Amino acid sequence: MAYEVNGKSIEADEEGFLVNINDWNEELAGLVAKDEGVDMTPEHWEVVNFLREYYAEYQIAPAVRVLTKAIAKKMGPDKGNNKYLYELFPYGPGKQACKIAGLPKPTGCV
Amino acid sequence: MADIEIPTLGDPDERAIPCLKPGAMAASKPYVAAPAHNQALGFPGELVPDWHDKAIGRMGELLGKYRSLQVFMDICVKCGACTDKCHYFLGTGDPKNMPVARQDLFRSVYRRYFTPAGKALGAIGLGKLVGAREFTKDVLDEWFNYFHQCSQCRRCSVFCPYGIDTAEVSMAARDIMDTIGHGHKYANEILGKVHKIGNNLGLPGPALIDNLEGLEEDLKDETGLDIRMPVDDAGADILLVTPSADFFAEPHVLGLMGYAKVFHAAGTSWTISTKATEAANFALFIGSYEQMQKVAMRIREAALELGVKRIVFGECGHAWRVAYSFLNTLIGPMDFLDPRYPKPQHILEFTWDLIKRGGIRLDKSGNDGMVLTFHDSCNVARASRMGDFAGGQFVIPREVIKACVPKFVDMNPDTTHEKTFCCGGGGGLLTDELMDLRIKGAAPRMEALADVTKREGVTHMASICAICKAQFTKVLPVYGFDRETVVSVHQLVSNAIVLGNND
Repeated sequence: MAYEVNGKSIEADEEGFLVNINDWNEELAGLVAKDEGVDMTPEHWEVVNFLREYYAEYQIAPAVRVLTKAIAKKMGPDKGNNKYLYELFPYGPGKQACKIAGLPKPTGCV
Repeated sequence: MADIEIPTLGDPDERAIPCLKPGAMAASKPYVAAPAHNQALGFPGELVPDWHDKAIGRMGELLGKYRSLQVFMDICVKCGACTDKCHYFLGTGDPKNMPVARQDLFRSVYRRYFTPAGKALGAIGLGKLVGAREFTKDVLDEWFNYFHQCSQCRRCSVFCPYGIDTAEVSMAARDIMDTIGHGHKYANEILGKVHKIGNNLGLPGPALIDNLEGLEEDLKDETGLDIRMPVDDAGADILLVTPSADFFAEPHVLGLMGYAKVFHAAGTSWTISTKATEAANFALFIGSYEQMQKVAMRIREAALELGVKRIVFGECGHAWRVAYSFLNTLIGPMDFLDPRYPKPQHILEFTWDLIKRGGIRLDKSGNDGMVLTFHDSCNVARASRMGDFAGGQFVIPREVIKACVPKFVDMNPDTTHEKTFCCGGGGGLLTDELMDLRIKGAAPRMEALADVTKREGVTHMASICAICKAQFTKVLPVYGFDRETVVSVHQLVSNAIVLGNND
């Protein structure tokens, strides 16, 4: 499949994950989020931006615990938990937030 | 998930055979592997032009190599004992998910090309009289769809009077499909990551180390103690090989923290290796012995490089099947390990041994308010053992749980021990495009859980498999349970273990 953003076609796999992470931009993230039924708020962007920063350093999405700790630091301890992340990304912070952030899908027993 | 029809849960004692829904799951299939996924494992990139002849050739090789497969093809008497034993049949009502029907996808092709009657009658278009079918593209498509609706859990084989193992038939079918370039994306992509990066997740060494340092900080905050998560610690006694999901996902990681506390309390030196960062071996699911050996070899190499005396496996179902049943032939002899301990050992055997000897102390109040039940993971229950007595794989996890929690209750006996149901996501089916199948296949387990929740006030279900934990995290909410109902067994140990003054 492919996404159309500003007249440009961006290639994605069968599930909507980007083939090339460098194709990502904020308009595209908005489009993917809309497909997923996620209404992007500043809190959603905090998570997406952290995912991208972490990926740039480690070439993998952060573990759930790493993410919750980072969110607690940025947004306050009451939000640094799995439940809050599921409220933001109902299909799971791992897969759904990664898709919006343009990261590859985490694979394996997760 | 809104459009998925969710099975209604009833009383597990009164489980009825579902009304047949022919073709209900005919469209359910996983993504086909891309050329890059197949080629990384040495398979053709895509379906080869002469796939028919290659497939029949490979079937002949497998029939010669695995005598069991030949016997399974010939011995079925269509008694029907298996028909209502598969969770996917119970959940979907699709008659092609009856184990005998699944076997017959393979058997009909076998009869056409490998039996005298099938060859003779098939040649004049009358193969149907002896249950023989041409291997057409339609049949291949049927294979791809329905052999990826089998989680290779082997429950049906428990009830078969001849012991026909549908898992082995489905592994052979997947092997044949890989041989002709028609692989399953989820499994093959993951195996490629194991070869390239070292684990199913694709977690590189620096990220692993960062994760583990974070966990050490968390353990320090929680206990005030320096509980370590050592990596590549040459000379350590124990190499821990655990599923990479233990480094990444919830509730898996809580189990990993439990292992670390047990090692700490026992004063055992241990290490994780950046080379063998994965216990799982998905090659089992695709029936490839060569791949299975290649994946397992990393464990031998890591153990030798680090000079460990023992290998301990973390909570992972099919990994324990590979470890307990096949490791010695895959990577043995393991004569460099200490002969006084099982080679390899399961983390539950390790912990249970300490509990019995008083080597660690547990305080049940750490799990106050929790009422536990236990989901026997299929590969541990029906394809391995723990301890030095028959049925240890059932007893040891339950004894460890009971030592940690105030109350334990077993689910309906038709759904536990050797009759346990698959979680619905095993055998390489834990992928999002199969969510409909996964939800429906989980129904028998959800039914048994709902029953003990109602009758006994069960609050949590423990599991010892990374696939089960991930699958339940996804499907529990669909059936009205909290996502965190599923816990790691060592998460319970972690909550109960008394650290510090253990003298």
